[in-house]
Amino acid sequence: MIAYFLKYYDRLFLALLEHVEIVLFTLVISILLASVITILIYRNETLGNLIVQIFGAVYSIPSLALFALLIPITGLGEKTAILVLVLYNQFLLIRNFLAGLENVNPSIVEAAYGMGMSNIQVLTKIQIPLAAPLIIAGIRLSTISTIGIATIAATINAGGLGNLLFDGMRTMNTYKILWGTIFCAVIAFLADDALKRIEDFIQKKVGVKK
Amino acid sequence: MAIAVEFQDVVKRFPGAGYNALDHVNLKIEEGELLTILGTSGCGKTTLIKLINRIHEADEGNIYLSGTNIKDIEPITLRRGIGYVIQQIGLFPHMTIYDNIATVPRILKWDKDKINQRVTELLEMVNLPPEEFKDRYPGQLSGGQQQRIGLIRALAANPKIMLLDEPFGAIDAINRSNLQDELLKIHRQSRKTFVFVTHDITEAMKLGTKVLIMDQGKIQQYGTPGEIIEKPANAFVESLISSGHVDTNYVRNGEGI
Ligand SMILES: Nc1ncnc2c1ncn2[C@@H]1O[C@H](COP(=O)(O)OP(=O)(O)O)[C@@H](O)[C@H]1O
Ligand SMILES: [Mg+2]
Repeated sequence: MIAYFLKYYDRLFLALLEHVEIVLFTLVISILLASVITILIYRNETLGNLIVQIFGAVYSIPSLALFALLIPITGLGEKTAILVLVLYNQFLLIRNFLAGLENVNPSIVEAAYGMGMSNIQVLTKIQIPLAAPLIIAGIRLSTISTIGIATIAATINAGGLGNLLFDGMRTMNTYKILWGTIFCAVIAFLADDALKRIEDFIQKKVGVKK
Repeated sequence: MAIAVEFQDVVKRFPGAGYNALDHVNLKIEEGELLTILGTSGCGKTTLIKLINRIHEADEGNIYLSGTNIKDIEPITLRRGIGYVIQQIGLFPHMTIYDNIATVPRILKWDKDKINQRVTELLEMVNLPPEEFKDRYPGQLSGGQQQRIGLIRALAANPKIMLLDEPFGAIDAINRSNLQDELLKIHRQSRKTFVFVTHDITEAMKLGTKVLIMDQGKIQQYGTPGEIIEKPANAFVESLISSGHVDTNYVRNGEGI
């Protein structure tokens, strides 16, 4: 197994790099999009619930099926993969972003408005900082989910660690599968750990945890 | 004496309610008064003060602040000139005491030195040593201390009017009495107009230069504490007072504003 690594480490790391690239692109786009959608809907509870339900339905479509649906429109490759992953993330992110904003103690928000803060000031100075733990929790969840689902992107030629897994399965190469799995688990673990630290730090900062 | 706040035939009805939360209210509050609004739960006290800072909008009638119809003032601008204190206090838990108090002065773009000076002066006014308290977070303060911060945060930018909605309602009796004394001191020194909502008769009589008694969205009586005790306007006021064991030694009277 080590021998396999030493022989093919350049290919392994290339796959890893591709994977990280897909994940990072996906997360940046997902978070931006989810933030914009959240800001547009957070003041209207009915609309918020509706949007979360719609993305919940999208989230429940198996990824292979979603790839198949989109390939005729957006073709094979990384673009389609990122699009699908972004769509999935909207459910996890928007649901947590909204829950975070709604969980802020209403009397704190009332005091803020009562002092003459504008909507934007209340959002940026009060609601977002106090919702930060749930916002980060949502980002953490979607990061892990993206790292996992992104392996399936290999089926539509998007590259990444999924290539190792699927190639390994086709050629019955156990080492390849094992290395693909280990790499995937390691980046998921590292990303989760980093985000967990950020989450803890923010929770302390906003006084949720002492 | 100039009129600080005037209600002209104000009606407020909440959607779905079969009655008026405020029912044709006419009221003039003179500058420098500490008006206490007294009534049982649900009689419209909170609604009345939330109409003044436009958290709610009146369905009928007009409200004037120093002669200006509040409909002609942007809600945000209006609120920056009004101090607002609520029972739940609503301190920002992620900000230090200093930052909490500095909120409105910062929004109004005061310079740093002036804010510094103001925060120090306010903390001293309520006997909380600035060096000890300014860098703490609200969670590190007792309930009574938190409400002192709520009070001075509302005073920070020198509003002409203070609206207080049962500010001491959740505070134990001894602390409440101290806070009432501090509020009296602040009112006497500042001579701002205070509108103070309470359902506690003793508190209303102790603090108010004028008392407004409400029931079911209507004004029952408006007068000095002495007038209300001596000449209750109707059976409702009479029963309210007799239920309250008001200690006449503690009635605020004859301060001649
Ligand atoms: N946001 C609201 N929506 C619907 N009804 C309300 C709302 N706020 C107050 N009310 C109703 O208006 C009446 C007066 O309420 P409020 O002013 O809060 O009374 P108080 O402060 O004297 O206890 C009550 O019957 C209450 O149920
Ligand atoms: Mg009330």
